[in-house]
Amino acid sequence: MIRRRRLPIPRAWVTPLAIIGVVIALAWVIIAATAPLWVPYAPNAQGLPRLQAPGIDTLMGTDAVGRDVFSRLMTGASVTIPLALMLVVVSLVIGTSLGAVAGYFGGWIDEALMRLTDLVMAFPTVILAMVIAASLGPSLFNAVLAAIVVSWPAYARVSRSLVLSLRQQNYVIAGRLLGFSPVKSLMTDILPNIAGPVVVLATLDVGTAILLLSGLSFLGLGAQPPSAEWGSMISSAIQNFDAWWIGVFPGLAILTVVLAFNFIGDSLRDILDPVSGGAREVAGVAPVAPTDASHAPHTPGATA
Amino acid sequence: MSAPILRVDNLEIAFGANPVVRGVSLELRAGRVQGLAGESGSGKTVTAMSVLGLLPRTATVSGSIRLGDTELIGMRSRALRNVRGRRIAMVFQDPSASLHPQLTVGHQLTDHMRRHLKLDRRALHTRAIEMLDRVRVPDPENALKRYPHQFSGGQRQRIAIAIALACDPDVLLADEPTTALDVTVQAGILHLLRDLAIERNLAVLLVTHDLGVMSAIADDVAVMRNGLIVETGTREQVFLTPAHEYTQTLLAAMPDSAPSIHPPHPDAPSATAAASPSTATPDQEGTE
Amino acid sequence: MTQVATPARTRRRSTGTRSPLVAYVLRRLVTSVLLLLGVTIVTFALTNLVPGDPIAAALGEGASNNPATVAAYVERYGLDKPLPVQYFIYLGNLLQGDLGRSLTTGRAVTTDLATAVPATIEIAIGAIVVSLLVSLALGTLAAYRRGLVTDQVVRVVSLIGLSVPTFWLALVAFNLFFLQLGIAPGSGRLSPQLTPPPTVTGFYTVDFLLNGDGVGFVDAMAHLALPVFVLSLFTVGLLTRFIRTSVLEVLDQDYVRAARAKGLSGTRVVLDYVLRGASLPILTVVGIAFGSLLSGTVLVEAVFAWPGLGTYAYDSATSLDLPGVMGVGLVVGVIYLLVNFVVDLLYGFLDPRVRLG
Repeated sequence: MIRRRRLPIPRAWVTPLAIIGVVIALAWVIIAATAPLWVPYAPNAQGLPRLQAPGIDTLMGTDAVGRDVFSRLMTGASVTIPLALMLVVVSLVIGTSLGAVAGYFGGWIDEALMRLTDLVMAFPTVILAMVIAASLGPSLFNAVLAAIVVSWPAYARVSRSLVLSLRQQNYVIAGRLLGFSPVKSLMTDILPNIAGPVVVLATLDVGTAILLLSGLSFLGLGAQPPSAEWGSMISSAIQNFDAWWIGVFPGLAILTVVLAFNFIGDSLRDILDPVSGGAREVAGVAPVAPTDASHAPHTPGATA
Repeated sequence: MSAPILRVDNLEIAFGANPVVRGVSLELRAGRVQGLAGESGSGKTVTAMSVLGLLPRTATVSGSIRLGDTELIGMRSRALRNVRGRRIAMVFQDPSASLHPQLTVGHQLTDHMRRHLKLDRRALHTRAIEMLDRVRVPDPENALKRYPHQFSGGQRQRIAIAIALACDPDVLLADEPTTALDVTVQAGILHLLRDLAIERNLAVLLVTHDLGVMSAIADDVAVMRNGLIVETGTREQVFLTPAHEYTQTLLAAMPDSAPSIHPPHPDAPSATAAASPSTATPDQEGTE
Repeated sequence: MTQVATPARTRRRSTGTRSPLVAYVLRRLVTSVLLLLGVTIVTFALTNLVPGDPIAAALGEGASNNPATVAAYVERYGLDKPLPVQYFIYLGNLLQGDLGRSLTTGRAVTTDLATAVPATIEIAIGAIVVSLLVSLALGTLAAYRRGLVTDQVVRVVSLIGLSVPTFWLALVAFNLFFLQLGIAPGSGRLSPQLTPPPTVTGFYTVDFLLNGDGVGFVDAMAHLALPVFVLSLFTVGLLTRFIRTSVLEVLDQDYVRAARAKGLSGTRVVLDYVLRGASLPILTVVGIAFGSLLSGTVLVEAVFAWPGLGTYAYDSATSLDLPGVMGVGLVVGVIYLLVNFVVDLLYGFLDPRVRLG
């Protein structure tokens, strides 16, 4: 339901998954912020014995040129995570503004935007990002740029459709009648109410951004050696299959961060979209649960 | 009067901690239309759904619903499936929603027939055409190959009725069968239901909030409010001499103040009994 | 990034005497062709984005020092003409099948792609089929058991599937199942001792079957197993949640309740009524999933030494072989477009309201 003010998040809906997600995500953000201060070895220092299995000195072993995997892993967080967050914010801002403007004003602006998003979305994301990054030249900066280009259309589409439906609402029309300029109308009446789904998209997008950036680096199109980035660390593992620690740990790092943000985003989505939850069932507005409800007088099952 | 085919005794239904039906008793008799009237939230639809076990997992149902000698509450799914469609059938409110848009009329008409009646393709086909013909859907042969969206609202509800009666059930539950239809079409559907009830000795439960609909074809009327039945009686009794004030309020609220009363049913009680006031049940105020 | 599923835009216009289905197909065709042109414009624009000397990028260092080669190149692609003219020359070349010459293989890009594309499509189809079956089962199960433990487990499994980096999983799986456990065959499409079947479709599995070669068929299938498994995990994650939502929405519908009220068995209700009702939105997301699969192959094929689009893209990208990279981009764009076009067509067939008007 779309109301004029923001939706308060009810306490009861905070699920265990969301909590786990927040804890893990927070942990990684802290690591990203502080890693350079406490890592045991300099991430690019090559002095250690090469291809050492994980041990006391080197928790995650060393790689082919004698660098500590653990230190590189933690430093990698401070590379990937801030970039991913920034990437998402930029895509969000660009996409949402364009989408909102297109949805609000309609006409040729809307048509033009739809064609543009169609065009970008006609390519599978990694492929397009890869092509852009390759054209611009392999560097982390260009990889981020490419990622932004492939990410913003989703926000544009979502915010456009939301704005289209909100535009008809009485309070928006009332605002215009009261003399709100289009900009003021957008800012005060419309944007606060599209925040929910956009935030959900953004949260889930952080994971996608991390996967994309590390994927591009894996292909050699993002972070360049010797910089410690998870994707390129995994790519170097191809040459040293036996030293499993070189590739496995960075992958686990990616997995845990992305999973954390996905947990959060998924729970947020449940809160904001109660239709697929259990609210209607409890109210007795009968969606029929297909597990054949025999008439047995039993205690009510768990509601979603 | 004949013995009741379906007996509901002290039916109680709750969703979690929410009581929705708080002690309802009803009887359905062959060849008669039992009306169940009430506003939204009175629990009338939930009552009808509970007969066939169509309530969600979260519902607690207690009391008794007996079809002849068989107790339906607590019945296992497998046994219940033999009752559904075969001995008790249901017609829903909106035929645009209760008919699957991607299946042909023929498919929806015959799939349960195949299961319940074990007929071969030819017999199914013939019987399907007969059913469509009986409910007055034009060109039944070709109608079988068409899809629901190709029919008008009234025709779709006729198809739904044909589907419900395809396996010759003893009981028909009709949940707001005309509410989603145009006013001009409603009368036709209602009369069809009444004719079918008489013709096939069907016991019909007619659930509706519309007293006008009720007055058109119901033989007996029960008025529900807040999960309880506050008044029962024959149509004449309830409409002409309502005993409970809620019933009176409902009747007064009808746009047409004089409900249309059709000639009494052949089995109706004699005039003297009809003049006696109907039974009013004092309703207890409960939580909403 | 997270592809938002938008339904095919259906604009209802009166079509006169033409059948509604033909009109629908024509509309989708026109849209697709326009989009196709757009794709070519994008790739053309990107080739001109390249910083530095585009001729050097296209010809490589050595060749670009040869004035004759350079002159021929300029002539062929009209590099001395204004940009719009260049585009049309580019388009003309495309239609003749000229995608340039790969710097790494030396062959025409189209030749390289002719063998690479079927190899990748084979994995993609395998992964889509497997993922669809698994997701339908899991998604329907989760919908039926909404709110219960099963639902939560399925949800966590899907989220994990979505969070695993595919290139990493490929490495781990290859390491584990082949190198450590020895239960999966090695890299490539075939064991080294076998020869590929005569090319009919380019799909080894199909071609072996057509050739009556059972041993080859089994071997090809075995080699498909790991790549398909790795790619399926992400796709299952993508599809399951969506299928769950679609099924839940269908379960809310009156026609499901009516079907149960007829006494049909649970299985029949699921197959005939529920899944059919959810088939249209599921179809849409399958189209999107195919796109993500194509992306995934780029990341995965390198690990398995699978001679498909992915490896070609990887090799081209790492050696900055621009014609190669552009070729891949264009072809993948075209394939994705085709897939969505087919999805749109199927949409029309599955929904009688579109088909018959």
